Amino acid sequence: MIKVNAVGDACPIPVVKTKNAVKELGGAGEVEILVDNEIAVQNIKKMAVQKGWEAFSERLSADRFRVVIKVGETSADSTSEKEEEIVCSPIKKRENKVVAISSDVMGEGNRELGEVLIKSFIFALTKQDSLPDTILFYNGGARLTCEGSPALEDLRLLESMGCEILTCGTCLDFYSLKESLAVGSVTNMYAIAEKLMGADLIIKP
Amino acid sequence: MSEQKIFCKGGGCGAKLGAGLLHRILERLPKQSFDENLLVGFDCRDDAAVYRLSEDMAVVHTLDFFPPMVENPYTFGQIAAANALSDIYAMGGEVKTALNIVCFPENSDINILGEIMRGGMEKVAESGGTLAGGHSIADSEIKYGLSVTGIVNPKKIYKNNGGRKGDLLVLTKKLGVGLICMASRVGEASEEALSEAVRSMTTLNKYAARISKEYEVHGCTDVTGFGFLGHLHEMMGGRLSCMVYGDRVPYIEEARHLAEEFLITAAGQKNRNHTGGFVRFENVDFATEEILFDPQTSGGLLIALGERDALKMTEEMKKEGIPAEIVGEITERQDIEITVKG
Repeated sequence: MIKVNAVGDACPIPVVKTKNAVKELGGAGEVEILVDNEIAVQNIKKMAVQKGWEAFSERLSADRFRVVIKVGETSADSTSEKEEEIVCSPIKKRENKVVAISSDVMGEGNRELGEVLIKSFIFALTKQDSLPDTILFYNGGARLTCEGSPALEDLRLLESMGCEILTCGTCLDFYSLKESLAVGSVTNMYAIAEKLMGADLIIKP
Repeated sequence: MSEQKIFCKGGGCGAKLGAGLLHRILERLPKQSFDENLLVGFDCRDDAAVYRLSEDMAVVHTLDFFPPMVENPYTFGQIAAANALSDIYAMGGEVKTALNIVCFPENSDINILGEIMRGGMEKVAESGGTLAGGHSIADSEIKYGLSVTGIVNPKKIYKNNGGRKGDLLVLTKKLGVGLICMASRVGEASEEALSEAVRSMTTLNKYAARISKEYEVHGCTDVTGFGFLGHLHEMMGGRLSCMVYGDRVPYIEEARHLAEEFLITAAGQKNRNHTGGFVRFENVDFATEEILFDPQTSGGLLIALGERDALKMTEEMKKEGIPAEIVGEITERQDIEITVKG
């Protein structure tokens, strides 16, 4: 594994350092990058998506983030851009799980109970061997990703473990929560439909 | 409540505070008593404030300053001034007076400041306005800009959200200057690209604005720190939607290459976080997305006007050497506010 310290570096330097480190790998392997801000994490991950590398990130402290890039055998050669075959190869094939949360309570009945249940459902997700790829929040579910939500800590943990957390922008607007989003990012209905259509397994608690 | 702190240094309009952050603070300020003569205030998120003095006269106020995004102090002065003056043009106004805003380290070479102010003054003169004074303070980092006062006929104000369904959108400068300036700091941009970016940033929007006045402009803003899509989002005002022709948006050629090489900026990502939820990309490659989110310093005007006017105006601007292009059209409100088609 190559380790890159990009703490104190302004963008695009963390991304450039990461790119150079992958080049240095010259094949399959891992690169670990330390940065001091979330935007740099997002920019590195954006590159990883484009290049077809796997990327994980975690927040170590208030201003320390660790990003790990995994470069596979075929994508290591930076001259050959992401090829479609890579995605289709049987080794990479695994189930794409999407959790869709449409309410801030779980199940019908007593509301107080429903709130407890959804919180513990999200906590339980963090303990699964195989994590969902994406968790979608829409309609009343949007409250769970905003300030004041009892599930924030667990959601941040899931995000740091590589789950993509997306909240419907129209819903945030509707509930006037736009400025309170505290975890993950905003998405739109096109992307939500795409995620659901592309899922091998949809979990609706 | 613990908020995430995000720092990523960069000059020019990329140094703006994030739009989301700013909005949160503005919302919590106590409401002022209503003044009917304040025609455009900060609740409109427009480019400048407009205050009516009489039936046919209003003053336009704006100020803008930021840290350097280029090495040459004289060029920086020109860019900062062109950028500050631009807000007057984006309101359909005429520049009258300007005041310098200066932050400068006491132990630095004062000649540098002289060069910055010379660049700024030249642009004020070019605008037809008069430099009338200023204010300077000692600070650890250089910052420069202007507070500008202009005039406008209250009936002819260019509101940013005045566009109508069926209007075409015209952009008067190329995008990509943010990517190029940032890449230049790490030695990755070519001399040619940087000088094209500098030429663009030092060009006043005065000339494009003057031509636009011959047409019936419905809405206008200038493209700066929030990037093309961010300012387009403000233009929609929650009331309209639009389609952007992804392959017709003008940009400085090398910006595409830089984005493909992932010389991407923090401010661009902040813009994506803020505006991305309103945008759907169809057949648009990654580099184009980055260019559309790229923060611009002293960017062009983005003008909404009827189809016939748009075609004629664009042609006339091109004759004058302005790289204007029709980049999209306004539609009635849809689920997705901005659709970019490749």
